[in-house]
Amino acid sequence: MLPVVQLKGVTHAYLGDNEASLAIEDMNLSIDKGEFVSLVGPSGCGKTTLLSIIAGLLQPSLGEVTVNGKRIEGPSPQVGYMLQQDYLFPWRNILDNAALGLELTGNLNEETRLKTVDLLNEMGLAGKSEAYPAQLSGGMRQRVALVRTLVTNPGLLLLDEPFSALDYQIKLQLEDLVSETLRHRGTTAILVTHDLSEAIAVSSRVILLERNPGRIRKVFTVPDKIRNSPPLYARDQTGFTELFHEIWKEMELAGSK
Amino acid sequence: MEQLEQAGRSASRVQWLGQMFGEYKKQKRRRRNQVIAVRSTLLLLFFVLWETGARLGWIDELLFSYPTKVFRQIWGDMVSGSIWPHVGMTVSETAAGFVLGTLLGTVLAVLIWWSPFLSAVLDPYMVVFNSMPKVALGPIFIVMFGAGFTAIVVTTLSITVIITTLVVYNSFCSVDPNLVKVVRSFGATKTQVFFKVILPSSFPTVVSTLKVNVGMSWVGVIVGEFLVAKSGLGYLIIYGFQVFNFTLVMSSLLIIAAVATAMYQMVVYLEKLLLSRR
Repeated sequence: MLPVVQLKGVTHAYLGDNEASLAIEDMNLSIDKGEFVSLVGPSGCGKTTLLSIIAGLLQPSLGEVTVNGKRIEGPSPQVGYMLQQDYLFPWRNILDNAALGLELTGNLNEETRLKTVDLLNEMGLAGKSEAYPAQLSGGMRQRVALVRTLVTNPGLLLLDEPFSALDYQIKLQLEDLVSETLRHRGTTAILVTHDLSEAIAVSSRVILLERNPGRIRKVFTVPDKIRNSPPLYARDQTGFTELFHEIWKEMELAGSK
Repeated sequence: MEQLEQAGRSASRVQWLGQMFGEYKKQKRRRRNQVIAVRSTLLLLFFVLWETGARLGWIDELLFSYPTKVFRQIWGDMVSGSIWPHVGMTVSETAAGFVLGTLLGTVLAVLIWWSPFLSAVLDPYMVVFNSMPKVALGPIFIVMFGAGFTAIVVTTLSITVIITTLVVYNSFCSVDPNLVKVVRSFGATKTQVFFKVILPSSFPTVVSTLKVNVGMSWVGVIVGEFLVAKSGLGYLIIYGFQVFNFTLVMSSLLIIAAVATAMYQMVVYLEKLLLSRR
């Protein structure tokens, strides 16, 4: 089967007035349909750069990225991108915020609007369509952002630390919701996170990056038993703690480099 | 029995809350009335001092005139109708300068936002033009556009356009880049980025430059009329000055204050209307 995402020798350098700095170097990776992959690593290892490149927001200096076999040349509705904060537009109500992607891609009509409302309801946001972002709590706003990303039906979802700005309890609930929703829809996902236990709990593979320059250091496969339980319970499975420590140790080594 | 007691207690609490609230409202009303009273006293005191000062010779009556004379002059001109063409002229010049200045300034800001190249090219020119006292260009505008309406409006524009451009452009640039990233991730074009994010996000700034521009327009128009006009409130001031009729100068000043305030309030109301949903 054709991998959903394929990176071939991706290298990217940032060009400044005084120097050019290598953010990531020679990354090769392929991700299959329905996989949930996490990128972890010390800060400055190019996680967000890599995500921006896959999203088509940045053009890599070298190498190529393909999504569903097609070379990425710019942002496309096939790829959804969810940021650390919700970044809802304060001048739009919840429904209009959630339907932003449909509007931009020219797919907003009565049917998709109803679909958006349904998805909002599904995410526990029933009756909030007319409210404005300022009236919602942080967790609710992040759920609106999730609806905004999902309603355009992206085959690939990029998550840039979407849970890190939330309270712990809300974060766990949202992890469950996202992983359940993605599994249900068969969406492929790439998650960037600082939180190792989150990475292990939600994903099927954890990819550890090292910095200066950003490179893949090691790939960990999460055992089926952990992968198949909802994130909240995955943390209780045998093998979870061992894997956590294994990745932690490797990350310490990567960080000291 | 116990329930009854409890009900009685909660009823008295409701009553107590009501009393507190009534007391609070009364106090607020009292404070508001005080402010209004002191305010009007100040104004009255100013006119009374002016009047007695002029009549008793503390200040030169010829130079400063006095309120009853000024108000008589205004009233006379209003009844005879001789003041209205002047008011009309000045107001239409100000309105034209205000609307055109805001529009042109915003359009220019959009252009340089659109093209970073253009922005880099124009930057030094904008800095020079912005730091320069634009009124100094007055004579050139008179030569170019003739002594009249056009020259005055252009003088006003020279004052309003650049500052509008700078303020609006700055607000375009200070839009949270992550909001732009959100729409870019959906594959938005530059036009879409502008209309979906940049413009709505900086809308409050654009509207608040309107308020600044009202004041700027008045400066431009009055100076313009000083230089060239044959009618208008600025012309009346200069004319009164030349024939040493300071009652005319003072009355024109009072009318300008009234009309400018009215115009400013209209813009404030417009701002409230436009931003009511945020």
